[in-house]
Amino acid sequence: MKTIEEICKIREDKRKELDLRVNTQSDTREKHILVCHGTGCTSSESPKILENFRKILKEKNIENVRVIMTGCFGLCAKGPIVIIRPEDTFYAMVKPEDCEEIINTHIIEGKRVDRLLCKDIDGKIVQSLDELNFYKKQKRIALKNCGVINPEDIDEYIAFDGYKALEKVLKDMTPDEVIDEIKKSGLRGRGGAGFPTGNKWELTKAAVGEQKYVVCNADEGDPGAFMDRSILEGDPHSVLESMIIAGYAIGADKGYIYVRAEYPIAVHRFQIAIDEAREYGILGKNIFGSSMSFDVEIRLGAGAFVCGEETALLESIEGKRGQPRVKPPYPAQCGLWGKPTLINNVETFANITRIILNGAEWYSSIGTEKSKGTKVFALGGNVNNIGLVEVPMGTTLREIVYDIGGGIPNRREFKAAQTGGPSGGCIPKEHLDTPIDYESLKEIGSMMGSGGMIIMDDTKCMVSLAKFYLEFTVSESCGKCTPCRIGTKRMLEILQKLCDGKGEEMDIYRLEKLALNIQRASICGLGQSAPNPVISAMKYFREEFKEHAIDKTCRTLECKAISKIIINEEKCKGCGLCQRACPVNAIEGKDREKRVINQDKCIKCGTCLTNCPFKAIGN
Amino acid sequence: MEKDLVTLTIDGQKVQAPKGTTILQAAKKAGIDIPTLCFLKEINEVGDCRMCIVEVEGRRGFATSCIQTVEEGMVVHTHSPNVLEARHVILDLIISNHSKDCLTCTRSGNCELQALANKFNISTIEFEGERTKHKIDDVSPSIVRDFNKCILCRRCVSACKKVQKVGAIDCINRGFESCISTAYDKSLNDVNCTNCGQCIQACPTGALHERENINDVWPKLKDPDTYVIVQTAPAVRVALGEEFGMPIGTNVTGKMVTALKRLGFNKVFDTNTGADFTIMEEANEFIDRFKANDNLPMITSCSPGWIKYIEMNYPELLPHLSSCKSPHEMFGALLKTYYAQKENIDPKKIYVVSVMPCIAKKFERQRTEMQNDGMYDVDAVITTRELSRMIKQANIEFTSLEDTNFDSPMGEATGAAAIFGTTGGVMEAALRTAQDVLTGQDLKKIDFEQVRGEQGIKRATVNIAGKELKVVAASGLANAQKIMEEIKSGKADYQFVEIMACPGGCIMGGGQPIKNSKIRSEVDVRKLRADSLYSIDEKSVIRKSHENPVIKKVYEDFLEKPGSEIAHKLLHTKYYKREKYNI
Repeated sequence: MKTIEEICKIREDKRKELDLRVNTQSDTREKHILVCHGTGCTSSESPKILENFRKILKEKNIENVRVIMTGCFGLCAKGPIVIIRPEDTFYAMVKPEDCEEIINTHIIEGKRVDRLLCKDIDGKIVQSLDELNFYKKQKRIALKNCGVINPEDIDEYIAFDGYKALEKVLKDMTPDEVIDEIKKSGLRGRGGAGFPTGNKWELTKAAVGEQKYVVCNADEGDPGAFMDRSILEGDPHSVLESMIIAGYAIGADKGYIYVRAEYPIAVHRFQIAIDEAREYGILGKNIFGSSMSFDVEIRLGAGAFVCGEETALLESIEGKRGQPRVKPPYPAQCGLWGKPTLINNVETFANITRIILNGAEWYSSIGTEKSKGTKVFALGGNVNNIGLVEVPMGTTLREIVYDIGGGIPNRREFKAAQTGGPSGGCIPKEHLDTPIDYESLKEIGSMMGSGGMIIMDDTKCMVSLAKFYLEFTVSESCGKCTPCRIGTKRMLEILQKLCDGKGEEMDIYRLEKLALNIQRASICGLGQSAPNPVISAMKYFREEFKEHAIDKTCRTLECKAISKIIINEEKCKGCGLCQRACPVNAIEGKDREKRVINQDKCIKCGTCLTNCPFKAIGN
Repeated sequence: MEKDLVTLTIDGQKVQAPKGTTILQAAKKAGIDIPTLCFLKEINEVGDCRMCIVEVEGRRGFATSCIQTVEEGMVVHTHSPNVLEARHVILDLIISNHSKDCLTCTRSGNCELQALANKFNISTIEFEGERTKHKIDDVSPSIVRDFNKCILCRRCVSACKKVQKVGAIDCINRGFESCISTAYDKSLNDVNCTNCGQCIQACPTGALHERENINDVWPKLKDPDTYVIVQTAPAVRVALGEEFGMPIGTNVTGKMVTALKRLGFNKVFDTNTGADFTIMEEANEFIDRFKANDNLPMITSCSPGWIKYIEMNYPELLPHLSSCKSPHEMFGALLKTYYAQKENIDPKKIYVVSVMPCIAKKFERQRTEMQNDGMYDVDAVITTRELSRMIKQANIEFTSLEDTNFDSPMGEATGAAAIFGTTGGVMEAALRTAQDVLTGQDLKKIDFEQVRGEQGIKRATVNIAGKELKVVAASGLANAQKIMEEIKSGKADYQFVEIMACPGGCIMGGGQPIKNSKIRSEVDVRKLRADSLYSIDEKSVIRKSHENPVIKKVYEDFLEKPGSEIAHKLLHTKYYKREKYNI
């Protein structure tokens, strides 16, 4: 148990000690080697890197250098990442065997290890994190501590204003004032639907009931999305602190965090955070000497996508099969075990402490008119800088793809971006300048979603893409209601037919009819939004659907049954490079003569396409 | 009261409904029949099938009318073009994953899906596609599951889990692969199923039905060397008529007997006579145990679903059970011994068919304890529904039949036996006999209203021969569970407990005519059938089992006295701890 005074003391002392983490001009003689311990870097042996550093430092008897594990730095494509502070040197794709050289060259000799420095997209060698274009347009609020602190050390969290918001709330604010602050900030739910967070808190507080609950939805299920995981791995206490604040605001003394079991690191660190907080008396009875009591428990999800839907999540916590309930009543009135329950997503919670500390005015100055603050995206697909980015609302897709993401690799063209994962839609080229906020995305047929953003280049077939997302929803449908259970399956079957060249024009209308009725008649958000990827793909790329249905062709090489590679006779110079490259000897023709592809043999792998120096081969 | 009323508009009509009413109920009041499929009043109100969707002005998406409640000023459209299209699509989708073999389905003509397809004139399936394939589970002697016909409404799951608290079945797998199954995907025969058949009663389609035994019976009827005796349970006579379009609860005893004779049974006897034997044995067993304060409370043992339930769930309470066999088993045993001797028939040639409202009786019949000298007491059990099919197959115009009486001498029964078919009836019948035996008088106060009525648990204190007796009658296994927990924890001070596995007793058994969701919402089927049984009792000349002349004679000539050695051999049984899961 610690008193407020003791916590303040820790904050003061620790902050001084950790100044070098955020201040490149720090005059300390210490150095901190930060090693990313997010899931991505961990699977690329970052724990081994950390161990090696420590071992070598010990062997060489070097003092004043500490090796720290941190959460994700964001630029996952360059992992494992090692950063040395205070000078902020950024080493990319570090291997365990590089540790010795880093210690010798960087720590002992004071020179940078050039070969491990990161190259930006423009080819420029980058010395430090701040120089990277990837970070320049980002604004880190939810991810503020990720990559800065050791997530398994509560003191480090406290050093950077940790538990100060809770202290402020308990000492100086009434529950209504807290709710008011959140309302004024304009924060909206980051789980996807964008419901105003303050209103949700207000509704739950107003609901009649002795027992209320706070639930954190950490069942991040969108394929390719890992925002919430990174927050939990990099800054678990910020979520925990916000949950306690929420408990205070709505009058709950119990919280649950529902995390998928596939996030073992997040679960482990969150459990440590809970244990540490209990030890400090931040969780439990009479927090900070106030009358408030609050405790949090972790509930593991078994990986069902539908359990990210709030009512299915509640069913799952109750130990039942994860299936949604019909709404209304909403969880605010009738939630966990029938009691009023506040459910917010991880990223939403991660914003709360910052709003309390910096004020609603500060927060609402960021973003657009109706979408305030920042949004974290997991940027993936055909983009150079794959990773986690946090941008102010209103940043355009173009800025994300080109400035932050570094554009499309292999000199290909941008074709579309999928936001909102299997519940969202695609955004075509013509909407690259759309500001990313709730309303704008909805207007163009996509949605914010929880933050997955998959970039696609021109080699992607949009019919296949629609099929891919439907495959996901079909296998993740809980099976409760008819439209989702059977309807999405039928849509998938139709899309499969189109990709196999067995479709007909009527199939496009059938798809539309099914999509519309599944949207309208399904019980929960999963079913209601399952047709979205198909609807938006059909909206922007209808020609491709027609080509598949009527002409039985695919303009990319994805639908092998109907795609065809041909050599343009006029452009072919007869060099024979394609013939040599073809793995199945499908290209025929003699030396210096124009080549022809034997369609019966061709497996549409596209090797010839990339090997033709004259761009004579196309599909 | 006034202020609790909500005014709304449904399809242009102003409707007033109490707060908390669902849109579906409010619409019904206004004469608007919104189609449903997964809805089963008070049992399954989950909104899964989406047939009952309606449009509510100003609300995004559709409202689920079977769950969502009325609000002041709400404007509801139950057949707007959007709703109609969505309903068509949903129905189309459900049928696209259904076996569509109506011609060979036991529920043809009484299938809620078929009725909807007809209503919506579904002539072609727009969204044909892959169908889920399921193996038919017909291992259980009572229930057949054919999930190629299942529409995943989960009414059976709720009946089993919520109403009966057995939970033998639930949904497994996800999405399109979802299906209703058992623990470890075992046959129903190998899990904690009690064979009560409430799932069959709940099923809107032919995915669940009884294991039919008609074809065991037909050949016996045609075989000159077999002496086929049929006996009918009390609950059958107040429900059979429903299968021929007669009002629910009509007492068709006379027509039923005539039909059975026409079918060619050598003798048509009444299980009620068996019930009178049960009372003799059970009342006397109770008196002995009551006097000796031995294993009280004594619990009735007529309901085979209940017996399997207690064997699996409360083996430690088995000594509380009465050792009496159920009435039709007692009767079967007497037919193959006493009656055979008396009529000089080789018992091996006797084939006893029981017509029962119950499908658990099919399981009970083949228990090894239910035999004597290597012969089963009963050779076939058919349900009320199966009997109706036999009558139809024999081209008998049931409704125009004359009434006839059961055959003598095993056809006379008392009013006490008739009420065996409803919850509280066994208790009441036993009390009538017990009080006369204890006082040695012929008491006139024989109606025990405290144990009548619709409640699932009926507790009463009755005065018998100057002694206060605490009794309880519970129907439905969820209620049985509550009573067992009371007994187990020592909180119960009952001396006599009656348990029926089916909610409402045998009249609501798994083998009775199936009433669709709409009828079950609008009519109290249980009450109509129960009232009919009480009316039979009331009109009976003899209303106490021990006054039945047949009973007296059989005890005089053959059984000596209740609880005698021979009575024990033929009329009593044993129970065993049973594993829930046969893995």
